[in-house]
Amino acid sequence: MSEFSVIGKPVRRIDGLEKVTGAAQYTTDIKLPGMLIGKMLRSPHPHAKILNIDTSAAEKLLGVKAVITGPRDTLGVKYSNWRRYPHLMDETALAMDRVRYIGEPIAAVAAVDADVAEEALSLIEVEYEILPAVFDPLEAMKDGAPQIHEGPTVRNNVSEARHFEFGNVDEAFKKCDYVREDTFYLHPVIHAFIEPYNSVARYEGDGKLTIWTSTQTPYYIQTLLAMALGLKEGNIRVIKPHVGGGFGGKMELFSDQVVAAILSMKTGKPVKVELTREECFEGGRRRHPMYYTLKTGYMKDGTILAKEAKLYTDGGAYNAMGPTSLYLSGFFQMFPYAIPNYRYDGFHVYTNKTPATAMRGFGGPQAEFTCDSQIDMIAEHLGMDPAEIRLKNRMKPGHVIPGLAKVESCGIKECIERAMESTGWKEKKGKLPKGRGIGMGCYGFMSGGVFNWINSPYAYSGAMVRVNVDGTVDVYIGSAEIGQGSDTVAAQIVAEKLGVPMSDINVVRGDTRTCPPDLGAWGSRQTLMVGNALIMACDQILDKLYKTAAALMGPNVVYDYAAKDGRVFIKERPERGLDFVEVVKAAIRADEGNQLIGRGYYTPHDKGMVSPAYSFGAQVAEVEVDEETGKVTLLQVTTAHDCGQVINELGVEGQLEGAFVMGQGYTLSENLVTDQGKILNPSFVDYKLMRAPDVPENFTSLMVETYEPEGPFGAKEAGEGLTNPNAGCIANAIYDAIGVRITDMPITPEKILKALDEKKKKEAKG
Amino acid sequence: MKKILSFTLNGQPYEVAVKPKTTLIELIRDEIGLTGPKIGCNAGACGACTVLIDGKAVDSCSVLALQVEGHSVETVEGLADGDKLHPLQEAFLDDGGYQCGFCTPGMLMAAKSLLNENPDPSIHEIRHGLSGNLCRCTGYVRIIDSIHDAAQRMKKEGGEKS
Repeated sequence: MSEFSVIGKPVRRIDGLEKVTGAAQYTTDIKLPGMLIGKMLRSPHPHAKILNIDTSAAEKLLGVKAVITGPRDTLGVKYSNWRRYPHLMDETALAMDRVRYIGEPIAAVAAVDADVAEEALSLIEVEYEILPAVFDPLEAMKDGAPQIHEGPTVRNNVSEARHFEFGNVDEAFKKCDYVREDTFYLHPVIHAFIEPYNSVARYEGDGKLTIWTSTQTPYYIQTLLAMALGLKEGNIRVIKPHVGGGFGGKMELFSDQVVAAILSMKTGKPVKVELTREECFEGGRRRHPMYYTLKTGYMKDGTILAKEAKLYTDGGAYNAMGPTSLYLSGFFQMFPYAIPNYRYDGFHVYTNKTPATAMRGFGGPQAEFTCDSQIDMIAEHLGMDPAEIRLKNRMKPGHVIPGLAKVESCGIKECIERAMESTGWKEKKGKLPKGRGIGMGCYGFMSGGVFNWINSPYAYSGAMVRVNVDGTVDVYIGSAEIGQGSDTVAAQIVAEKLGVPMSDINVVRGDTRTCPPDLGAWGSRQTLMVGNALIMACDQILDKLYKTAAALMGPNVVYDYAAKDGRVFIKERPERGLDFVEVVKAAIRADEGNQLIGRGYYTPHDKGMVSPAYSFGAQVAEVEVDEETGKVTLLQVTTAHDCGQVINELGVEGQLEGAFVMGQGYTLSENLVTDQGKILNPSFVDYKLMRAPDVPENFTSLMVETYEPEGPFGAKEAGEGLTNPNAGCIANAIYDAIGVRITDMPITPEKILKALDEKKKKEAKG
Repeated sequence: MKKILSFTLNGQPYEVAVKPKTTLIELIRDEIGLTGPKIGCNAGACGACTVLIDGKAVDSCSVLALQVEGHSVETVEGLADGDKLHPLQEAFLDDGGYQCGFCTPGMLMAAKSLLNENPDPSIHEIRHGLSGNLCRCTGYVRIIDSIHDAAQRMKKEGGEKS
């Protein structure tokens, strides 16, 4: 692949300079003249009817400019990303007559400063009728449990059930030498982006509104805000400045956005609403807790013939992106293995807790923990090497999951083999001294979802490229840079296509008024989807430039042309060419001075129901477990990742490391602890995120490059999928080290000590 | 009742009237208008607001503005010398020491404090020196590498000067 000039080469990110100098502007940094501060009053009860809201005292407080409540000041529209499936839209910006979780917004105020706004909140009197509440999905599904939502499609708090099945699972189980069933529990965690949810809204009059907001999905915010406010979509301008992390937690319309807009409409002033960290915990989102049961049938040689997965998710009080997490968890349960017979049943259950939603991996971390744990149990039962059983059952290029997916490129075999080789797997597995162990986890992940919940008539991604007369290039994209480096990847793709230097590319992004619609940053979609849209746009420009070059040079036969290193030249005669700028100027003149613009879009074709392409990877961790304290230390972590053609290696490695460490926290320490629906650790002091001294000192990333025909230059997903195999990988390494298997996440020192204790007792008896 | 506060910010003397309850981060961001340092938790747990007071890293959300009377405060905006970046900034750019960038201003200042005290830190010392600063994007690996790289660059620069 040495013919590339920019793709796969070390380049500095285009947002780097502003980020290291403190100049990068985030929503939280925006201060407009006359700006008011908005704050929300939240429910102290997990489930209650609202009988009355008295805002009169708050309104009289000096410095208060507006007080709003759901029934009085909002349209009461139920909105969410599920515009195509209205029965799943269940949430309003402010409670209408009932609250369903502690932290649900009820009313809001706009005041001259935060102190006055907070005092005003304390003056709002809400009369509640407390309702019985339910906090566990299995309890919530029982007859007689409190009903959290009414409606024709909700029964016993189940808001959505997912089922898929292929092959003949029951027959296959009968043929199997062994069938085993295991149950697992996955706990709740939060996104913990460092920039809190926040928005600044400015109503311009005449039904026009501008909002700056920390979001992964500007286009969703535009369409849903129009719906919530009763304004025209095109009259709402969503500006996404730099975003301080999202991880799936900022891909929906949230109350801060709606409330800021309404308060601005009421007061005629710009209004900023910024959640405190505690509010981000209580009024934000989380990853789904799940009860998982896996029944797997296999042969003596390790071949897995059939699998049945059943799961109940604790969805919290509203659907959010839960139905998709549910769907994808059942889907990723198969990856990266070729399971010939599979049946999945998943249930999304309402509880009186903070809504759960998409979070890095989107149902995958839960699925892979159970899958990887059970494969190791099967390997042990058969006396096989866990790596060998994975290789035996792996997916192969061209794999088809009936009715769901077509997998083209697939480097899982190479990933497993390279991870084994790099770590000395064969010499270590089962052979390390007591207290030390090695484990493996594997995954496959999507490169963008073929999902259009929002019911947009637009394509998945759009792009516009304009070449100026001096050869500089303006790139208009609606995709959302939230730290992952996608704007730089977009610039690299255009620079490579047009043969111009990175320094001549200017990316225009994060503004729905100027940028094409794009479904935003979720499901690892941007490199593939906006990348393809950019390639289409660049090809239109190149077509014009090549025709112009042919007219200028007048070769005697038809040649193919290329653009590279600032030149347009005859492909087979590279010495015969013209300066890029010269051809651009001529092309513009030849077109009556019309701007040189290319427009592109991406819509997948014939790629199944889930994703246009799949990435793969194998993860190996070597751990040390202190049997006195139960503490787990990661000695060496190795990732072998097939992300197709690498576009930005530094970016891929950074994403892999970040994904691993997020997975490490998920496995070992993070846990959103609740009691009767109340979060007990809503702070960065009590909620234990990984800190620098906790992360592995030795982290190796191995790039297994394949070529994905559907991806731009052969590229696919990087950086989200690796969140998935960590828990299973670490659990397997712990088992290898001390012989105890934890199936109830997270794997805390307390659980390890308890399991060791039980193991000793058992051994003493036996 | 506001009080007059005199202090130095990024080398420039300031005299400002502040309320006794105003925190240093509020003063820097809201009153003076330097928005490099960020507020991630407002409780001294995430380090996004890290600034230097007399060369030492502190969480500016946990310091009252009036406490810096007569002291020298430095934010990320004071790190570069005009358009010449600090070696830490160069290293963060070259080694991928940031992603979303929200923790970066705090990380850079925590790193500068660390290098002020220990110009040649080991990887172990860097890891522990960053324990007050959260990053959710990078997994810290490249931040640690960047700081190590910056220390080497500074050593080299220092060597050339002497």
